[in-house]
Amino acid sequence: MTKSSTAAPEAKGAKGGKKKTAPSAPKGKGTVGTPGATVSKELARRAYRSMLEARLLEEKLAALYRSGKIVGGVFLGRGQEALSVALGVHLRRGDVYAPLIRDQAGRLAFGDTILDTLRTYLGSSLGSMRGRDGNIHRGRPSEGYHAMISHLGAMVSTVCGGLMAKRFRGETGAVGATCIGEGGTSTGSFHEGMNMAAVEKLPLVVVVANNQFSYSTPNDRQFACGDLMARAEGYGVTGRRAVGNDLVDCLAVLGEAVAAARAGKGPQLVVADLLRLVGHGEHDDASYIPSALKKSPLGRDCLEIARESLLEHEWLTAKEAADWHAAVEKEVEETASKVLREPAPDPSEEDWNAFSALGRNGEEAR
Amino acid sequence: MSKTSITYLEAIRLAQQKALAEDPRVFIYGQDIGGFGGAFKATKNLAKEFPGRVLDAPISEDAMVGLAIGAAVEGMRPIVEMQFADFSTCGFNQIVNQAATLHYRTGTPCPIVVRLPSGGTPGSGPFHSQSMEAIYAHYPGIVVMTPATVEDAYTMLLEAVALDDPVIFCEHKFLYYHLKAEKLPGEALPFGKARITRPGRDATVVAYGAMVHEAVAAAEELSHDGYDIEVVDLRTVRPIDTDTILASVARTGRLLVVGESWPWGGVAAEVISRVATEGFGLLDAPPQRLNAKETPVPYHPALWGTHRPTASSVANSLRQLLEL
Ligand SMILES: Cc1ncc(C[n+]2csc(CCOP(=O)(O)OP(=O)(O)O)c2C)c(N)n1
Ligand SMILES: [Mg+2]
Repeated sequence: MTKSSTAAPEAKGAKGGKKKTAPSAPKGKGTVGTPGATVSKELARRAYRSMLEARLLEEKLAALYRSGKIVGGVFLGRGQEALSVALGVHLRRGDVYAPLIRDQAGRLAFGDTILDTLRTYLGSSLGSMRGRDGNIHRGRPSEGYHAMISHLGAMVSTVCGGLMAKRFRGETGAVGATCIGEGGTSTGSFHEGMNMAAVEKLPLVVVVANNQFSYSTPNDRQFACGDLMARAEGYGVTGRRAVGNDLVDCLAVLGEAVAAARAGKGPQLVVADLLRLVGHGEHDDASYIPSALKKSPLGRDCLEIARESLLEHEWLTAKEAADWHAAVEKEVEETASKVLREPAPDPSEEDWNAFSALGRNGEEAR
Repeated sequence: MSKTSITYLEAIRLAQQKALAEDPRVFIYGQDIGGFGGAFKATKNLAKEFPGRVLDAPISEDAMVGLAIGAAVEGMRPIVEMQFADFSTCGFNQIVNQAATLHYRTGTPCPIVVRLPSGGTPGSGPFHSQSMEAIYAHYPGIVVMTPATVEDAYTMLLEAVALDDPVIFCEHKFLYYHLKAEKLPGEALPFGKARITRPGRDATVVAYGAMVHEAVAAAEELSHDGYDIEVVDLRTVRPIDTDTILASVARTGRLLVVGESWPWGGVAAEVISRVATEGFGLLDAPPQRLNAKETPVPYHPALWGTHRPTASSVANSLRQLLEL
């Protein structure tokens, strides 16, 4: 039996279990990264900008939730922006991207906007979801930006399907990507999707944000394999590990993963440890997360780490960082007040029809 | 029992507490239900009170139901909590192909209870709002309960645990906190029996779950116009209490069935089909139904409020029915 060429040749630590620490980057150089991958100044700046936008936008979403302007759940990605953005920023038009709950940063890097995010949360009729769906369940599937369903794991195979379509049509060079929490890896859908991607050797990148908790459930009640990286070998895909709250490391590792997938090296499973620095949703105080863990290196805020490393590399000046902060804050505030004045969907204007080709709930042709 | 009022949600918690206390075969399995007490707190403190019997499950609905079925075969009385009814679709195969068929195929009963936090609330959108009673009731072998009151939530959950068949327990999230009772009942209506929630003589509204309350509010509204509307609460949608429905229609001659889920192949369709075939002569007007609009459950509260039947849309339907 020949070993699959994609079976974990680059898996780092999948067996040893030795956790990776952030690479210390030499100052003054234009690029840094792990061997074979580089992080450019331009990439790091774009990523940081999206992280900052995500952070300030989500703070606004939380405030709108508290003041009762957003009805329904608000699920934020605070603390997970570095990992999220590192995937989104490496994707390009023509790729297929299915972000999940905590991917505001990746979404913005992929091309989603502050405006459409606010419109979706506030249910504006002018938003892409037109008030029909909300919050994190938004997307523009026809533009390669899938709109997640809540059922965890379901998007893995959906992205596989997008990649199969490209293969059928003879299109090359595109990758598909999705993210999931460690809890979501326990679903049948996740396993089925990963196995299918491996069988078809699809150019798929799956990022597992291991934030140690699935709502309140700690990892020891979620899986027993200790290290989710070990699963890469089981699926027959390449496993990679990133330091979840270190932007430069995430950019390097995701850069490698996306490049490998693009180059036809098959599915890539990226696992990163981190913590979410908010509740599961804004209704939740996350009191089940031990404070020792919050104070550990895992609990360090990725936005601060990113800012420090960009300053250290002289990729960003302190003045620029402050200017960006002010500019983004202004944009978020202005956009929110604009969207708050936009029309809500009008039930009497709705066609109340779930079919695309059929009218009157499937009872006649359109 | 203390004097403080008990919510629908607390009744569900107390029923589980009683089941755990009285029957060592009972255990509860679901996501975040242990120390955290569940997404809605329906198992608050139960893990502490009953060590080792209220367990956090991985996000694996198919395996959660499969485990319950296997344990039931061995004589246990499992309760599975779905975090939301909508996620039970990930356990659908085990429910409809294994639990529903087990007794028919093998003669071995399958006494499991799957709790489904069901129905819409504002802003919950397509995947946290579904009412799935019709889809499960379609399968012979599954009992489907849809309690509309605090008292029923309590007594019916205990009934569900005691029953030797698989039960899909549709507890309505919209009623979780709103609905309160002074005390829990010592007695209950017999299993499978519908209740005349409000007697009347001009028309019958058949409803279940949260829609019972919309129907009662509509009936109140019409009482100002001099109409006397009877409201029948199905309580269980399978088995369905056709006798009580027919007896009501015999009194009123007019029927409106209200369901929060979609009309196509739904509970309202089943009720109307039974009345049309078994009680056609009792009807003074064509039987009517009012359901959710035929789209996914929308996110925006304004759309949601139109999507589902409400007291005012039930009242409109009743006015039309009374003029037929
Ligand atoms: C199939 C399924 N079951 C249950 C849920 C309810 N649910 C939503 S998020 C969540 C926890 C997810 O944890 P994880 O995957 O680790 O992601 P995190 O929230 O930590 O980012 C659960 C149980 C769901 N969305 N899908
Ligand atoms: Mg998690």
